[in-house]
Amino acid sequence: MLYRENGQFKSSYAADQQLLPIAQDRWFVIGLIVLAYVAVPALASDYMFRALIIPFVILAIAAIGLNILVGYCGQISLGTAGFMAVGAYAAYNLVIRVPQLNFIVILVLAGCIAALVGALFGIPSLRIKGLYLAVSTLAAQFFIDWLFARVKWFTDYSSSGSVSPAPIQMFGWTIESPIDKYLFVLSIAIVLTLAAKNLVRGHAGRAWMATRDMDVAAEVIGIRPVTAKLSAFAVSSFYAGVAGALWGFIHLGAWEPLAFNINVSLNLLFMIIIGGMGSLLGAYFGAAFIVLLPILLNQVPGWFGIPISTALASHLESMIFGSLIVFFLIAEPHGLARLWAIGKEKLRLWPFPH
Amino acid sequence: MPAYLRRNWAVVALIAVLVIGMVLPLATGISAPGFYLEVLLGGLMSGVLYSLVALGLVLIFKASGVFNFAQGAMVLFAALSVARMSEVMPLPVAIVLGVLVMAALAWLIERLVLRHLVNQDAVVLLMATLGVAFFLDGFGQTVWGSDIYQINTGLPKTPMLVGENLFQGGILINSEDLVAAAVAALLVLALAMFFQKTATGRALRAVADDHQAAQSIGIPLNRIWVIVWTVAGIVALVAGIIWGSKLGVQFSLSLIALKALPVVILGGFTSVPGAILGGLIIGVGEKFAEVFLGPILVRQFDLAGGGIENWFAYMLALLFLLVRPEGLFGEKHIDRV
Repeated sequence: MLYRENGQFKSSYAADQQLLPIAQDRWFVIGLIVLAYVAVPALASDYMFRALIIPFVILAIAAIGLNILVGYCGQISLGTAGFMAVGAYAAYNLVIRVPQLNFIVILVLAGCIAALVGALFGIPSLRIKGLYLAVSTLAAQFFIDWLFARVKWFTDYSSSGSVSPAPIQMFGWTIESPIDKYLFVLSIAIVLTLAAKNLVRGHAGRAWMATRDMDVAAEVIGIRPVTAKLSAFAVSSFYAGVAGALWGFIHLGAWEPLAFNINVSLNLLFMIIIGGMGSLLGAYFGAAFIVLLPILLNQVPGWFGIPISTALASHLESMIFGSLIVFFLIAEPHGLARLWAIGKEKLRLWPFPH
Repeated sequence: MPAYLRRNWAVVALIAVLVIGMVLPLATGISAPGFYLEVLLGGLMSGVLYSLVALGLVLIFKASGVFNFAQGAMVLFAALSVARMSEVMPLPVAIVLGVLVMAALAWLIERLVLRHLVNQDAVVLLMATLGVAFFLDGFGQTVWGSDIYQINTGLPKTPMLVGENLFQGGILINSEDLVAAAVAALLVLALAMFFQKTATGRALRAVADDHQAAQSIGIPLNRIWVIVWTVAGIVALVAGIIWGSKLGVQFSLSLIALKALPVVILGGFTSVPGAILGGLIIGVGEKFAEVFLGPILVRQFDLAGGGIENWFAYMLALLFLLVRPEGLFGEKHIDRV
């Protein structure tokens, strides 16, 4: 009834190519953004910002990056956390060595450095794929972990190996309170999501998807596999790098190399499997799911009066993750995002049967 | 220079570098011969364990085309089961029960996971086994507990001193390690017999060669998968017991088992001898890198400690992939549209 596109005519190329062609979608997204900027800061508590909302937004950025690589380009990666670490440490070194730079510039530079490293580790993808590539990205993960733990220059010779940068300042605005942090990461997430959306529906995205569906055939129709694969690695690592810098500076505040270990990589992979591969919305769904589940597992049994130890909760968590992954791969390989799309299709007809 | 060597110059060069790297510590006198041999034996020993885990991977990959990321989790689960059951019953009974548990697990995995994912992409199957790995890690620790447990195999743990008259100081050998290596060798032998001499083994090889052809001559694929996952489970059990009696049964087992990935890359996904040789190369290589190369790197670059064995295996595999993607003994793969 409410959600239908009758009478919405496209009379120009611009109208045909716009991001959200259906008016209701536009209102919904604008409403969501307004909600995120106005209602969330007014309603959420500091704890919710710190434990839920800020990690959710940052992880969603990283998941978008991984989704570009895995979901759109079909190159599996188990090393995303390594590229996040590159971004975080690049930003840290830029902040302490070139303090006059604006933090936005630093973020972009950190992303670019991560992109370079990502493209470097993506080179094997030109000769190998699938399982073999998984190992080469694991190599990136373990090597980068080791590099930041052992080479003292990266941590500015701090004795414990952990780093703790000062709060971010830019344009005379110190990002210290949870609300400030939230607004900052939210803005970056919106910009990056918009950029990703335009990338994947443009020339680059089509090249990635063709490579994903069948790389030999893509090559035959004139897509350069070198450019397609390496650009997917670079863009994906750029997102991971920016997310890593935000994760370190804004969510953690101070961090040690273990903050970006293989478990983070695996969790990101779960986000895009559960959320939906090849969907930007899925990255948000998956991130929300992964952030919410541990907290729910810790809280819900308490409401029913069943005490549950943290160790048991973490084991249950990994059991639930494991079964959900298998379940989604079998029942709904396109994840939560696909369920959302099905719901939308149903809404177009509702309440009529046809 | 023969044509074969000229075609594969990069592989030859990489192997030459490895061999030189192995000989160099002895030749330059960085280490005493006795110490050198000890490092070598230690490397071979961990190499045997990597080989065992890799063997499980190769078996499953050959028979079902599934890259089993959960092999490490299976090692942990098997070791945990045996360790906890041996607390209340004699070890042999616990081991027999452990085999039954692994067989039940194999049946469940086939029933609940693989059967529904027939004909899917290799990457999808890999991610499914990733899910299985997470489930098993959580399940094992929920059921059996998450402390460090011991498996007491009753073998003497005192090291023996051999070769005192050959080198200064002699070398220390753990008799337990020798038994472990012998058990591993026996297992490989038994597997080889099973594959070559029994009817089931022949069916397994047929499935490995061509799924469809095997099915069309009446080999039941589902049953073959259960069998092969059971065999992989038993291999995991042996690896888990050896490892668990050496280091104690704990969660890190399933992470160490990740090292089996570079091993199969090195040896080739479809080759049993490759898995064994690859495991030994990785085991020795990373020990040598840690003991001899590590201190040099730390001195040269002023690092905060060594630990290069964490990534050495993966980087070696990465280099190897660049020059020879199909591994040492793997089959060459040709893509067609």
